[in-house]
Amino acid sequence: MAGPSTYEPKYAATKWVDQRLPIIRMGSDFMVYPSPRNLNYWYTFGAILALILVSQIITGVILGMHYVASVDQAFDSVQRIRRDVPYGWLMQSMHAVGASMFFLAVYMHMFRGLYYGSYKAPRELLWIIGVLMYLIMMATAFLGYTLPWGQMSFWGATVITGFFGAIPVVGQGLQEWLLGGYAVSNATLTRFYSLHFVLPFILVGLTALHVWGLHHAGQNNPIGVTPKTKKDTLAFHPYYTVKDAFAVGVFLLIFAFFIFYQPDALGHADNYIKADPLLTPAHIVPEWYFLPFYAILRAVPDKLGGILLMFGAIAVLFILPWLDTSKVRSMRFRPIAKWFFAIFIVNAFVLGWVGAEVPDDIAVPFGTNAEGNATGMSFYRLGQITTAYYFLYFLIILPFVGLIERPKPRPASITQSVLGEAEARRSAKADKEPVVVPGGLAPAE
Amino acid sequence: MLKKVLFSAAAVGLLFGAGTNGAVAAGGSDYGYKMAHPDWSFMGISGTYDPNAMRRGYQVYREVCSACHAMDQIAFRHLGDPGGPFHYEAYPNPNDNPYVKAIAADWTVEDLDPESGDVVERVGIPADPFPPIYPNPAAARASNGGAYPPDLSVMVKARSGGADYVYNLLTAYDAPKPADVKLTPGVYWNPVMDGGKIAMKAPLIEGILEYPVVTVDDHGESKEIAVEATVEQMAADVTHFLAWSADPKLEERKRAGFAVMAYLSLLTLLFFLSYKRVWKNVEH
Amino acid sequence: MAEIAVTNDETLDDEGKRDFIFLATGAAAALGGAALVWPFVAQMGKAADTLALGSIEINVSNIPVGSQLKTLWRGKPVFVRHRTAEEIAAAEAVDVAGLPDPATDASRLMPNGEGVLRPEILVMVGVCTHFGCIPVGEAGDYDGWYCPCHGSHYDTSGRIRKGPAPANMLVPTYSWTSADVIKVG
Repeated sequence: MAGPSTYEPKYAATKWVDQRLPIIRMGSDFMVYPSPRNLNYWYTFGAILALILVSQIITGVILGMHYVASVDQAFDSVQRIRRDVPYGWLMQSMHAVGASMFFLAVYMHMFRGLYYGSYKAPRELLWIIGVLMYLIMMATAFLGYTLPWGQMSFWGATVITGFFGAIPVVGQGLQEWLLGGYAVSNATLTRFYSLHFVLPFILVGLTALHVWGLHHAGQNNPIGVTPKTKKDTLAFHPYYTVKDAFAVGVFLLIFAFFIFYQPDALGHADNYIKADPLLTPAHIVPEWYFLPFYAILRAVPDKLGGILLMFGAIAVLFILPWLDTSKVRSMRFRPIAKWFFAIFIVNAFVLGWVGAEVPDDIAVPFGTNAEGNATGMSFYRLGQITTAYYFLYFLIILPFVGLIERPKPRPASITQSVLGEAEARRSAKADKEPVVVPGGLAPAE
Repeated sequence: MLKKVLFSAAAVGLLFGAGTNGAVAAGGSDYGYKMAHPDWSFMGISGTYDPNAMRRGYQVYREVCSACHAMDQIAFRHLGDPGGPFHYEAYPNPNDNPYVKAIAADWTVEDLDPESGDVVERVGIPADPFPPIYPNPAAARASNGGAYPPDLSVMVKARSGGADYVYNLLTAYDAPKPADVKLTPGVYWNPVMDGGKIAMKAPLIEGILEYPVVTVDDHGESKEIAVEATVEQMAADVTHFLAWSADPKLEERKRAGFAVMAYLSLLTLLFFLSYKRVWKNVEH
Repeated sequence: MAEIAVTNDETLDDEGKRDFIFLATGAAAALGGAALVWPFVAQMGKAADTLALGSIEINVSNIPVGSQLKTLWRGKPVFVRHRTAEEIAAAEAVDVAGLPDPATDASRLMPNGEGVLRPEILVMVGVCTHFGCIPVGEAGDYDGWYCPCHGSHYDTSGRIRKGPAPANMLVPTYSWTSADVIKVG
């Protein structure tokens, strides 16, 4: 989307820098970057995610100044942070709640991508880098959750590292190598701390690649029609800086509400109990953002099968650009796909609910049995249905619907969709300058 | 835009409904026991701790619970911190607070004699953490029929149901035991406890302690408060004290929260107005 | 509405006209940013448990005459010496003017509640003022302390007499909270 850079250094000092390292140029190009003029609020989550990443790194490094990664002291050091370190309670709350906010934003960001076809050509790599970032986020969150060394920390780590033990032949050796011992122990805690510290910086690097890839291919937009003329776009600053700022403000209000009024609502009470290797909690549950995958894991009776299915659920995201056969990007113009997507979203929420509950409990009651107890569909069964839909959606529905669907007609251009036909014709005559796409890729439509 | 606002409002509303202070028990326990939901002064967006309740609660802890239960996450000096039970404006530094010093001196702690290297006992000072009741978990179990009396520092946060759970656990011992439940010696029926069976005998009994008459300054005039130490009262007071020990920063947090939410609301409004100004006359 | 053909360049008016709303927003954001920085800077400060150990109380009645109690205060050793009559006399007899770091013995003592000095109790931070080693008691040419690292000699009042140390051993802030108890720090 970006043509040649238009930055002109105005001062001798900035010219000196620009000749040696075009970093100011990079910043200036970022600010004037032509962005589609029809981006809605679903497009603000990228900026929100960048902000949370910075917040998590800063609060994380700060917590690292006070936290002690040792099984004897970890829990106590977190309590000391909350009680004795000046504003420690604020740092710890920002970090813990921030993790949840991070996932809230990333799911909105991904749902946007799914709906508007942001994973389609020429943005396949952008999407894949994004899924890789999501995977690293998940690893970071899991590692971080073990650090307070509460009951959920310990037993969650036991369950997840247990997955590796299910691999045939090499499983046990691999698991003990990961753990640094026979079971989750001090050796595990110290290495999890080290990895938790380093992964976010890898995430920063991937973010740079992600934004670079975005700026090279150009942003998608709600109608999925590539910008053709300058009138289709607006400079990133001030139009989208101010829109992102407003979205960030709303987001911060939600973030602050949890930090100051409900700091523990998104966590689990059991993590306020010191880890006890001899006592398993009644219900081991991961944090809310992992619940759908937890449900998928428990959907099949076979241990290894469940593990493969769970990793498969993420793996399928990597190949999404090639699963969806539709030539149309935005689901606004895909009447059938739109409904399957809506069901997908509801399905994701139900999967999350299933992940939080006990498999044998009744999810949907209908009738009573001989003893007068309620019977109905168990969470296990509901989990199987929702897991089936999850894979059905990506592996069957998207490929199939793309082929048979008759999409609604798309506007010829963004300007036309925004201003209406007449204006589009008028401006097309007046402004013949097309938008240059680096790499020579022709607009898809 | 509207979608976004509605979504956020829904998310907020969903969790606001859970109460603004930890998780609240759903309503009934597993055995049909009707849970009471006392009107705690620390709930809500402007909730605060009641110092008198906390002081009575500390007394209950000291005279009843500390026989078996430790509180290893707090130190004596925390009692004198702002928001704590023995905080007084005249003593901003809890280490100088005479009440805190007296409370600390009421406990014996272990220390090392620097000359001989032997373990000796001395009276507590404000800087000391609350001492362990038993030397180690094995000793704790041995003294309690195999059951381990859990640490109470963060108990109110360590149970979903929070303060309501703790209060109801302490007051549910009177609930009638179902006929088909068999109890082994040393185990008691308590419908609030997970599984219904608890290894702790009812700790709070009418008359186990007496609250001293307290003189308070009520808008300039001295008032005497005499509180009767009923089981419900003692349970509520010790729960209040334990709620403080689990979340001593509650008052500071809520005060900061008010300022932050007010500021962010203003800032978001300003961003919104700037957004409207920038995008005025721009079709999108 | 159709007449408005706005492009990137035309939307905002000349650079000179800065709308009030942008000014207000920028100012609010800057103020918030500044306020946000404070907790992040403050969190590196001394935590409450560190501050609690910032002062210690010592009962001096247990110290036999002619011996010294050594204890830790704010991470450093504190010497509390119960001086003999000879040591006090020697400390008071010194010609202050000739000292490398002039100080009378009385100036190195804190009065008790009644304003009376107790010269038999000397309280010092037991760290050599040269490079921070811990001097040895009842040693050196002046019967006070001797620092083995670089050969500084201190007298019975803890004043530097010979050697590379530039100043007398530091007397910390302390007060008598009762007849036998001092609170250091």
